[in-house]
Amino acid sequence: MSDSTSPRRSAAAAGRRAELAGPAAVPGVLGGPGTRAGLLALALAAFVAFGVAFTNQLVLTIGFLTALYICCAVAWNLFSGYSGYISLGHAVFFGSGAYAAGIVCEHLQVTGNAIFALLPLAGAVAAVIAVPFGLVALRVRRHTFVVITIAIFFIFQLMAFDLNTLTNGTIGLDAPFLVWGPVAFDQRFYYIALALAVVTVGISWLVKGSRFGLQLRAIRDDEDRAASLGVRAMPVKLTAFVISGGLTGIAGAVWFYFIGQVFPQSGFDPIFDLTVALIAFLGGLGTISGPVIGAVIIMPAEQYLTSSINDSYLSQILLGVLFLAVVLFLPNGLVPAVASRVRSWLGTGTAAAAAVPGVAQPVAAAKGAQE
Amino acid sequence: MATELLHAVVNGVLGGGVYALMAVGLTLIFGVLDIINIAQGVMVVLGAYLSYALSVHLHIDLFLGLLITVPAMFIIGVAIQWAFIRPLRGSERTAMSLLASYAVAIIIEGLLYLFFGASDVTLTAPYSNSTVSMFGFYVPDIEIGGFVLAAAMVGVLYLLLYRTRFGKSVRATMQDRTAALLVGIDVNRVGALTYGIGVSVTAIGGMIFGATGPPFNPNSGYDLISRLLALIILAGLGSVGGALVASVFMLTVEAIVDIWQPTWAVAVFYAAIVIVLLVRPVGLFGRQAARAQ
Amino acid sequence: MTALLRTEGISKAFGGVQALSECSIEVEAGTITGLIGPNGSGKTTLFNVITGYERPDEGEVYFADRKITRLAPQRVFADGIGRTFQLTRIFPRLTVMENMLIAAQHTGTASRGRRFGNPLARAGGPADRHRAMELLRFTGIDGHAHALAGTLSYGQRKLLELAYVLVADPTIVLLDEPAGGINPSLIHVISDRIAELNAAGKTFLIVEHNMEFVMGLCHHVAVLDYGTVVAAGPPQIIRDDPRVLDAYLGIAEEDDEPVG
Repeated sequence: MSDSTSPRRSAAAAGRRAELAGPAAVPGVLGGPGTRAGLLALALAAFVAFGVAFTNQLVLTIGFLTALYICCAVAWNLFSGYSGYISLGHAVFFGSGAYAAGIVCEHLQVTGNAIFALLPLAGAVAAVIAVPFGLVALRVRRHTFVVITIAIFFIFQLMAFDLNTLTNGTIGLDAPFLVWGPVAFDQRFYYIALALAVVTVGISWLVKGSRFGLQLRAIRDDEDRAASLGVRAMPVKLTAFVISGGLTGIAGAVWFYFIGQVFPQSGFDPIFDLTVALIAFLGGLGTISGPVIGAVIIMPAEQYLTSSINDSYLSQILLGVLFLAVVLFLPNGLVPAVASRVRSWLGTGTAAAAAVPGVAQPVAAAKGAQE
Repeated sequence: MATELLHAVVNGVLGGGVYALMAVGLTLIFGVLDIINIAQGVMVVLGAYLSYALSVHLHIDLFLGLLITVPAMFIIGVAIQWAFIRPLRGSERTAMSLLASYAVAIIIEGLLYLFFGASDVTLTAPYSNSTVSMFGFYVPDIEIGGFVLAAAMVGVLYLLLYRTRFGKSVRATMQDRTAALLVGIDVNRVGALTYGIGVSVTAIGGMIFGATGPPFNPNSGYDLISRLLALIILAGLGSVGGALVASVFMLTVEAIVDIWQPTWAVAVFYAAIVIVLLVRPVGLFGRQAARAQ
Repeated sequence: MTALLRTEGISKAFGGVQALSECSIEVEAGTITGLIGPNGSGKTTLFNVITGYERPDEGEVYFADRKITRLAPQRVFADGIGRTFQLTRIFPRLTVMENMLIAAQHTGTASRGRRFGNPLARAGGPADRHRAMELLRFTGIDGHAHALAGTLSYGQRKLLELAYVLVADPTIVLLDEPAGGINPSLIHVISDRIAELNAAGKTFLIVEHNMEFVMGLCHHVAVLDYGTVVAAGPPQIIRDDPRVLDAYLGIAEEDDEPVG
């Protein structure tokens, strides 16, 4: 037909190309690699300093729980955030890790510092449980998946109640006594939890940048399309599930040692799942720093609430309200929302940058246009 | 032995009928709104407590009290859906609605603790203890009454779904939301009303559960929701008839197992899901999801 | 000479609807073949059967004389048949570059021949990235390499889908309405790119409604109606074939001159 190289046409095309090229917006945590490394070092230093700066038991306990939940939320996010399969049954791993440690300590009479040698075992037990759990649960679509995780969670709570010879039923298990002074106890546990959190964040970071992580995230966006391009969905999902579960199991064992006891409702607590999910959602599903920031905000707030409001039911209501607020007002989490706000404030806002949190919209618009 | 078995079957059917009502509500909500109403369990407990309040403080008969609690729960349901579920947007809508309804559940549970305390209560009526004799064992009148009521409600729901225009729009929305929109169905209204209906049946379920089941407290919702979820997964999410069949069947099986091994009877529930999911991931009566995830 | 891609007597019904009925087409290596026909004539269904998304009730599909009829989509892709979709299927929350790398991940230089490779290796080695950038430059969207794919406009997504299908260097590419919903200048870009790739040896099978596009680009055209081929031949012959006009009953005629 007509000549496609008319001057008007190519000028327009070139103009459009230039406009679209724009500054490349790198999604995720803001700043270049140098800034990021600097911020990271600063954050780490702050966390480390925290442990020696404070000797107040309550403060250190809050610190311990925050670090622990950083680990749990990052581990949860490693699976649920990256793959898009929301799990509300991770308490299974947490509790299994706690009980594994408890059962071995009791039956093999492990005492003193040797109990920490059992941490890898707790992780391994949780990881092993994740295999059949995952094989059953990951064959189904996302809706059913969540429900299955909840159902499996209840099964485990039930087993904790009923397998009396192993788990001591409702009475629960006690952790071996550690001959550490009270302040040393809190401080050391804080650092143990912190170390665990750092390792978990490290693994999460490694996974995100790896080929395996890419496949996981592709599964999140369009599992069928990913499969048709050669991504082997089940092994990928299962591996993430196992890693996530194993790390959560270790956290469970650490928690058990700290608190000193575990019984069915504490080891398998639905509030655990809700809290972990809330933290990850608040921070930003699928981001690395999101769960960290979420935990740092939520855990101290939650502990402060439960200790100052004597009514635990009221704090439960408030937790629920907080959750609703996050879900309703920050659907993509803090980190992406803040990141895009900062980016547009810094003036690098092209359509690309501004649209980062609202990714759903262009997709929906395109689909709408096509319909 | 045969008598025990028969008794178990009767118990299973009676109980199954009640669960069927609640499970149907749950699966309808899923079918129309694409969300899993985790709060359904605690709403049953809420319904039970409402009946309790009416019975103990206002001396209103349990069955008559339903005339108040059912509309009340319906309104509560519509309000919750409108306030917390409908505004959800974004790519993670399903996950968020799940978490939102989980949050609503713990809020309601907390409120129940606040208003009613943590101790066990039960619903009683002057006729709670009268029984009917059948085949060599006794069945409480109230259980039969409850079953009849539940069955009648399921019948009403069936008529609503298959014989009214509203029901047609519900079924259309369940099959294809976009197509329903295109033919002029107010999908939002259908969604809100369905949620209200799905929740209002919990008022009935709650009363029967409170009157015929073990003593309950605000924490009882977890056990309930786990069973209801198990039932609708087994049946296949969105399958109304399947929910009916699965409820009656599983409750009966559980009752039979209960004869030999009471503590593990509940495990039967969960074992069944695992087995079914291994064999048929969409559930016994489910179809492949029409919607992408 | 046997055709590169060939279907023989494909029949496929969905419930009461006979989507394909003894459908046989041939695509010669090195050509651009168009597949046209009114809506509902079975074009996309045929694509789905060829690429493994649907199983035919009857008939066979041959690729380079090998029977590929019931292979799963990923096998078909691995064998060298790339395919795009009417509604673009990209990964919106991955960056454009990452979209490319996903398609490369199982055929990339890093893992060819090894089943697992190192899963923790950085996603996409330098060779993969280099090739991906080349293709992005080729389709003109390299400027967006690090933007989230979901932020791309509709036309850009079509280009991205084309690009990532090419990453695996398929022998034949099946395009489902590549010009659908695109503004005219971009259609020319797409058309030129296809011609370039074809000149370098790639075979194409294209479903399209845009007659200009088809007539200007294709060497050979097959016309589908009610699930079966009613005419096949060079574009000039097809234009004037009464059976084709009959199939398109009621659709407005082009008012431009015939395309050269």
